[in-house]
Amino acid sequence: MATTTTTKTETLVGKRIRRREDPRLITGTATYVDDIQMPGMHHACIVRSPHGAAKIRSINIKPALDFPGVAAVFTGRDTEKVGPVPCGASLPGLRVPHHHILAIDRVYYIGHPVAVVVATDRYVARDAAEAIEVEYEPLPAVTDPEKALAPGAPAVHPEWPDNVAFNYHQDGGDIEKAFKEAEVVLKQRITSQRLIPTSMETRGVVAEWHPGDRALTLYSSTQVPHLVRTLVAQMLGLEENRLRAVAPEVGGGFGSKIQIYAEEALMGFVAMKIGKPVKWIESRRESFQCTIHGRGHVDYYEIAAKRDGTVLGIKLKLIQDIGAFHELLTPVIPTLSVLMMPGLYSCQNIRADIVGVFTNCMATDAYRGAGRPEATHGIERMMDVLAAELKMDPAELRRKNFISNEAFPYATATGLLYDSGNYAAPLDKALELADYKKLREDQKKARAEGRLMGIGLSTYGEICAIGPSPATPAGGWESATVKIEPSGTVTVMTGVSPHGQGEETTFAQIAADELGVGLDDVLVAHGDTAVVQYGIGTFGSRATAIGGTAMYFAIQELKEKIKKYGAMMLETEDVSFADGACIDNKTGKSVSLKQIAGAAYRALKLPPNTEPGLVATYFWEPPNFTFPFGAHIVVTEVEKETGAIEIKRYVAVDDCGKIINPLIVEGQVHGGVVQGLGQALWEQAVYDDNGQLVTGELMDYAVPRAANIPWIETGHTVTPSPVNPLGVKGVGEAGTIGASPAVVNSVVDALSPLGVRHIDMPMTPEKIWNLIQQGGKA
Amino acid sequence: MTRTITLTLNGKKRTDTVEPRLLLIHYLRETAGLTGPHIGCETSLCGACTVHVDGKAIKSCTMFAVQADGREVLTIEGLAANGKLDPMQEAFWNEHALQCGFCTPGMIMTAKQIVERNPNPTDEEIRDGIEGNLCRCTGYQHIVKAVRAAAAAKA
Repeated sequence: MATTTTTKTETLVGKRIRRREDPRLITGTATYVDDIQMPGMHHACIVRSPHGAAKIRSINIKPALDFPGVAAVFTGRDTEKVGPVPCGASLPGLRVPHHHILAIDRVYYIGHPVAVVVATDRYVARDAAEAIEVEYEPLPAVTDPEKALAPGAPAVHPEWPDNVAFNYHQDGGDIEKAFKEAEVVLKQRITSQRLIPTSMETRGVVAEWHPGDRALTLYSSTQVPHLVRTLVAQMLGLEENRLRAVAPEVGGGFGSKIQIYAEEALMGFVAMKIGKPVKWIESRRESFQCTIHGRGHVDYYEIAAKRDGTVLGIKLKLIQDIGAFHELLTPVIPTLSVLMMPGLYSCQNIRADIVGVFTNCMATDAYRGAGRPEATHGIERMMDVLAAELKMDPAELRRKNFISNEAFPYATATGLLYDSGNYAAPLDKALELADYKKLREDQKKARAEGRLMGIGLSTYGEICAIGPSPATPAGGWESATVKIEPSGTVTVMTGVSPHGQGEETTFAQIAADELGVGLDDVLVAHGDTAVVQYGIGTFGSRATAIGGTAMYFAIQELKEKIKKYGAMMLETEDVSFADGACIDNKTGKSVSLKQIAGAAYRALKLPPNTEPGLVATYFWEPPNFTFPFGAHIVVTEVEKETGAIEIKRYVAVDDCGKIINPLIVEGQVHGGVVQGLGQALWEQAVYDDNGQLVTGELMDYAVPRAANIPWIETGHTVTPSPVNPLGVKGVGEAGTIGASPAVVNSVVDALSPLGVRHIDMPMTPEKIWNLIQQGGKA
Repeated sequence: MTRTITLTLNGKKRTDTVEPRLLLIHYLRETAGLTGPHIGCETSLCGACTVHVDGKAIKSCTMFAVQADGREVLTIEGLAANGKLDPMQEAFWNEHALQCGFCTPGMIMTAKQIVERNPNPTDEEIRDGIEGNLCRCTGYQHIVKAVRAAAAAKA
């Protein structure tokens, strides 16, 4: 049985390995929600409010019921007993309006669901939905959070006429002293506009009711299938173990699919009522109106500093546009901004006041970065405002205030413990890649020629691996089950729910290295609550740092069991496990993992106190977040005649800890940066004063297209995280967080000869042209 | 009121009876069972539904199935031959030109046309060529690299 030859497998972690999920995606054979077909499947179409605010006087569903093929129509009166759309936040004094899955007598925002039509055919469902007559009494709406706070503003919820959803206050250090001792105090209003996440796949749900088993299967385009199971079961009054939630192939989320949406419960309700499978696929227009939006900040910053550039204190008054209702995490998001307020700087005095404001708009919630881009935009803009005031080089100002390498782990004024950092390293690398000195010389020449050239940078940090359970509404751990099958192949079942991030590849790289098997011997399963043990999901740059670590520890448990079988088979007590085999340390004889797996399942003989089989499950609770960081440098030129901004160079240096797959990390950085560019330059959700969503289609909402995008030059430094044994930090949101301030800083720098100190996003050519025309005065 | 149409779909002739208002994308996905092309906007702005009709890349969400009568339609499913990926598919895989994959079938069909029309496109020409196809994940850079690589592989 034992052999003396073992082959050393090549280490896979750290390699540019092309993704294992791609063959199905490039051949069109993947299964997204809308690709699911079932016998007898019906289609749902939802009737939605055309008003920002209105009373519902009456709903006449009869014309819809008369359409051949229509199986049922339901309104808010029918679904009244279904539990409310859940809000997972628990801030003191938080006002949580009851969020029915269908409106009952009042609508609060454009697209608010009012009725659902179910028909045998997608086209018939839409026709019939058009025929439903809803009589509305329009009410005054308010869509601007600052206007909503003004006395006499229309009340979004009549029971709370001040439109305040919550107030939140946080202090750190001695802010009064800091401002008293300051030699310079600067104030700036900075907005972070409402954005629409716009994953390429809209949301969608297929619900299938099995009456014999009293069981519901819900296929949903979600980032959190297990939370869908728990919370939708609660809403529907089903036992949790009677609901199977499946996230099939998911076409992007960016935070907009972490929520538990009305339509998920509604489709379950419909399927249970009609006894047939039902499908609802969100149209793009619905997606813009009814999938969460991101950002929506008006921030008032004050920064106190000494003339030598030392930052002493930061104050922030944060007005968060909530929308009409809370989705799962809505009120939590701005509190993340407060945590991240001091950025990478050793300032120990902060004060933050958040006011969450109801408006007649879709809820804001987590969108790529979720609170951290807003905070980073704020502090990085303020650092440039300060640098301009002190006539210091912005890179030098940052360097002066960086938390020093010796200070880690570093306790911030906001209550975080930064795990590890070397903040000068990515800045130095970015300055070198960009050839910063030469750029500044080029800029002098350009200015002498009357050209508007700008150089902007951001040095950003973020909170990743979200997060320890006490810091999250739903548990912040993650789970993994690792099985060595009887034939020796490896199945990993992870509680995370990847939707483009590539964990079927990166997790397999880690598992293959740990177990000494080939990449193709490992299968990574996820996203089906009937297959995978309970898990949390994919968001907050947490999958590898927490889910990967859970898998790592499950494998370590398995290794102990493997060694017991190895020792028994080799008839020795001194064994080690390496390169996919157990080796007798004395004789060098070995048995392969495949042989061990066969023996463990055949179970003719068992090691003492050992069960048959090779399966381990591990739930890992992280002791802390991780804190990646980096530096971006952007070179722009503004065309005076048109206000058009051209990005000449984009340099992004990221430190996300240890890198499992550089190809995938690069992809995450590129995609993140471009979403940040989108916010800086083009994207903005615009509601008019009546609550109409003016940017309601891709024609009006400007997501980045290929021709608008500069080449992104990337670099990395590696500062491993001590929080987890993989040393990883997370990279999904980094690009977005670093990008918007770097771009705005660059354009402000370009226009600084005109006296421009700040520009709000998006920096459209019109806005820039107007600034130039007015000699820099906004 | 229905119409009968006959077309060549991924090299095979087929005949179906369809409603005149049936969109080509719904015909492909639901009648013919080819769910590779996706619906991202229904307004021809995102390109996820891109297929070739008589050799030209078109957005199948704004074309009726009856308009494909008598024509040749090629979808992502028709690219790989005898288990061998098309060079463009291979290039997308090698260069990590996709993440969530939802835009990918349409993006590949558009990318193929770019190289068919211009065997040696510059980066700028590639970017202009895929401007009608949105991708929210990749930031496009790896897609540009993939199209470049596929063009080079054919040269």
